[in-house]
Amino acid sequence: MSKQIGDVILDVSNISLSFGGVKALTDISFNVREHEIRSIIGPNGAGKSSMLNCINGVYTPQQGTISFKGKTFDHMDSHEVATMGIARTFQNLALFKGMSVLDNIMTGRNLRMKSNIFLQALRIGPAEREEAMHRDYVEHIIDFLEIQAFRKTSVGQLPYGLQKRVDLGRALALEPQVLLLDEPMAGMNVEEKQDMCRFVLDVNDEFGTTVVLIEHDMSVVMDISDRVVVLDYGKKIGDGTPEEIRNNEEVITAYLGTSH
Amino acid sequence: MGSVHLGVFPKLSLKRQNSVNLEHTIRINLCGVLHETTQALNVVAKGLIMETTFPHLLIEHSQKRPQASAMREKEYGIWQAWSWSDMMHLTQNMACGMHLAGLERGDHMVVVGSNRPRLYAVMLAAQSLGAIPIPLYQDAASSEYVFPINNAEVSFCVAEDQEQVDKLIEIKTQCPHIQKIYFEHPRGLRKYDEPGLSALDDLIEQGKKFAQKNPAFFQNEINQSNPDDVAAMFFTSGTTGNPKGVVHTHRSLLDRAQAGAEFDRLTEHEEVLAYLPPAWIGQNIFSYAQWLCCGYVVNCPESAVTATIDLKEVGPTYYFAPPRVFEGLLTSVMIRMEDAGTIKKSMFHFFMDVAKRCGPAKTDGKSLGVVDALLYAVGNLCVYGPLRNNLGMSRVRVAYTAGEAIGPDLFLFYRSIGVNLKQLYGSTETAVFVCLQPDNQAKADTVGIPCKGVEIKVSDVGEILVKSKGLLKEYYKNPQATAEVLTADGWYQTSDAGFIDSQGHLKIIDRVKDVGRIKGGANDGAMFAPKYVENKLKFFPYIKEVVAYGDQREKVCVMINIDFDAVGNWAERRNLPYAGYTDVAQKQEVYELILGCVEKVNADLAQDELLAGSQVSRFLILHKELDADDGELTRTNKVRRGYIAEKYSVLVDALYDGKTQQFVETAVKFEDGRSGSVSATLNISDAQTFVTVGKAA
Repeated sequence: MSKQIGDVILDVSNISLSFGGVKALTDISFNVREHEIRSIIGPNGAGKSSMLNCINGVYTPQQGTISFKGKTFDHMDSHEVATMGIARTFQNLALFKGMSVLDNIMTGRNLRMKSNIFLQALRIGPAEREEAMHRDYVEHIIDFLEIQAFRKTSVGQLPYGLQKRVDLGRALALEPQVLLLDEPMAGMNVEEKQDMCRFVLDVNDEFGTTVVLIEHDMSVVMDISDRVVVLDYGKKIGDGTPEEIRNNEEVITAYLGTSH
Repeated sequence: MGSVHLGVFPKLSLKRQNSVNLEHTIRINLCGVLHETTQALNVVAKGLIMETTFPHLLIEHSQKRPQASAMREKEYGIWQAWSWSDMMHLTQNMACGMHLAGLERGDHMVVVGSNRPRLYAVMLAAQSLGAIPIPLYQDAASSEYVFPINNAEVSFCVAEDQEQVDKLIEIKTQCPHIQKIYFEHPRGLRKYDEPGLSALDDLIEQGKKFAQKNPAFFQNEINQSNPDDVAAMFFTSGTTGNPKGVVHTHRSLLDRAQAGAEFDRLTEHEEVLAYLPPAWIGQNIFSYAQWLCCGYVVNCPESAVTATIDLKEVGPTYYFAPPRVFEGLLTSVMIRMEDAGTIKKSMFHFFMDVAKRCGPAKTDGKSLGVVDALLYAVGNLCVYGPLRNNLGMSRVRVAYTAGEAIGPDLFLFYRSIGVNLKQLYGSTETAVFVCLQPDNQAKADTVGIPCKGVEIKVSDVGEILVKSKGLLKEYYKNPQATAEVLTADGWYQTSDAGFIDSQGHLKIIDRVKDVGRIKGGANDGAMFAPKYVENKLKFFPYIKEVVAYGDQREKVCVMINIDFDAVGNWAERRNLPYAGYTDVAQKQEVYELILGCVEKVNADLAQDELLAGSQVSRFLILHKELDADDGELTRTNKVRRGYIAEKYSVLVDALYDGKTQQFVETAVKFEDGRSGSVSATLNISDAQTFVTVGKAA
């Protein structure tokens, strides 16, 4: 059960980000290889979500560069990021609660729609064919995430664990090369966590999608990650395989505690 | 009442329309009956159906009606159809592939998975080669597969998906015979490098090439099989000891399938939804044996959780479900009805009263008075029709329930809204069909009259004996067990206690071995039928499972599992806060609710002189739901009384020692295989018993 890990696809170098006097990130560098599951861990306020926000262009770092597939950027533009094939899910779900599961995931196909808004509004000719094609893709995602029973249910009525799954589904609808997951397992029970782990592993396995994962649950991180970055107070204090991280003195004192 | 009055006018005008519609439907129905009769005649005229095998029937359908739909499966949101011709080609390719992979005549092959057209084709392919498919329960733990696989020396396995493959790989070291595992759904399995594991798609692909080079091979193989060959083997879950492999031939399965089809005049136009485990003979008969016998369409749901949605979409005409499914459907309707607006709610209750009064008679085909007929017709338009539609039963012509006793209220509810729900009696060993209820003689407390080809008698100890062509050939490699159930002159001992009533209907009381005697106390020597008591209690919507004790004891005590959905909803409506199952189960209010149910049952039992001694003296509500994963229920969800008595011996002792509270801690197994424990202090309550009516008089 070994997988092929490719070259560096995403390279973050010397990123610093501050809000006024607060330094969120200080001189962070790490890279992500193609097809790997790369986790970012750290205590609350360590700068994990800020890091993701820099990668997908929500924040603009004061210093440093990010390169994706060989192209280097000073700052990322969120629309452009999505077009290049980086999708993300949100820590505090950002779904359209009143819309059905199907429609929510369909919105993820927005970037892939070629026909213009007028054709789409009138559903004529090519727009209709295109919609059928996108619906087909979305149905595959629904099947993949095993949410067939909730296709027509509005998202607001679903339990939290399932909403998280829909959020993942919408990100997958973009056919991303890199998937940024911001605490996909937060607030879930053990069974839901296991399901989610399986989905993340399956996405990585089936589609070869590179995954960048922020997670609090150590057992999850250590189980499914290929490599881990550890942040503390906006600084990188560790980088390596789960095994290396487990034995890293600095990480142990800063985060894992001595019992590990 | 005002709201009902307001509605009269528009409803009356609708009624006019409806009467026109009714005439129209009657005409259609008449045609339908004629059509069905000719169809039935056709089947009878063919007559030779018993002289055939499953693969022969597949070929026959694919030649006569190549483009007609054989199966449908919902995939990617759309119902995808497989024609008989598709099915035949798929089976051919699979059979050729299996032949190349080394499957021999007489080999056993395990199939684990839910209802998927391709898994049904796997069974057909195996039978085409003269191999014997053994369907296993897809939700069983891996350790439960070890015995069947070793017992039948299985080397070939077909599994639906990663979950099933993982289970088979887990037990591979304990099952040295396993050589090849094929998976239907490749998801998550691409990176496995287990020797002998490959995709069913690859097998089909190889088979296809072989079939092109050897076009006659498939037909030749099929021609070598005959009706007395073993067709399939079903492992019974067994309450004690190892499971037993029930061996059935093509003849035994097809004989019964056809007897059932003739009884209800089934045709190729039926629609069936296959959603129960294919390892259970009931599902296998309805979606495999009768499918090939009649040539109707079997629909496979998208996934287990979508079954109720798919039921509505398919609208089956021939439907089968154990009582618990009917109960679940009714509960969901009732819960939704509680939340409906006042007008809807009062309309619902008004017309449900009408239905209760005259619905069953109407469904039995008896004529009603003018007023009742009118009220029922209006009700049909406003309530029953939409309700049937909502339940997915608009088109149901024949619905069966079996496996367990069904509550009279539940049974009559469905009949009163115009669903032709009936009961049947049978088991794995009898290939299902022994007794069936005719359309106009459906009763809640009997299981019908013997169908064609069945002889029934009651032994001296009150055991039901059955003789038919559908009896099992033997228990696999277990002549001792075979001799225990099959007498030398061909009677099968069902181990059910019962009798045949004055109208020729069979009535089942309990298992012969479970019927006990009360010892000591006021009712010394009285008959104790635990199942009878349990079922009476289970008929209340608030009670999910019951375990009754009383044999060789002075009184009857029961342990109860509440129905979390129903009681939870009940508690919410009373503003009763609770944290979860364990919490709500021990609420004083819930105990009072259940006490009411127990005392009603006692009052009812007191009416029956024979069973009055079975009245319940004390009860408690269990802190966890009984679960097959913890060994408390069988895979078919029947309580394992002996095992539970052992596991909860502290509770049983507390019941009989007269304690009012008892602490208990139980180990539980979670669905992912890990273990944990649940603990609680349980209350024990006394219940009032009644003097037998006969005695008092």
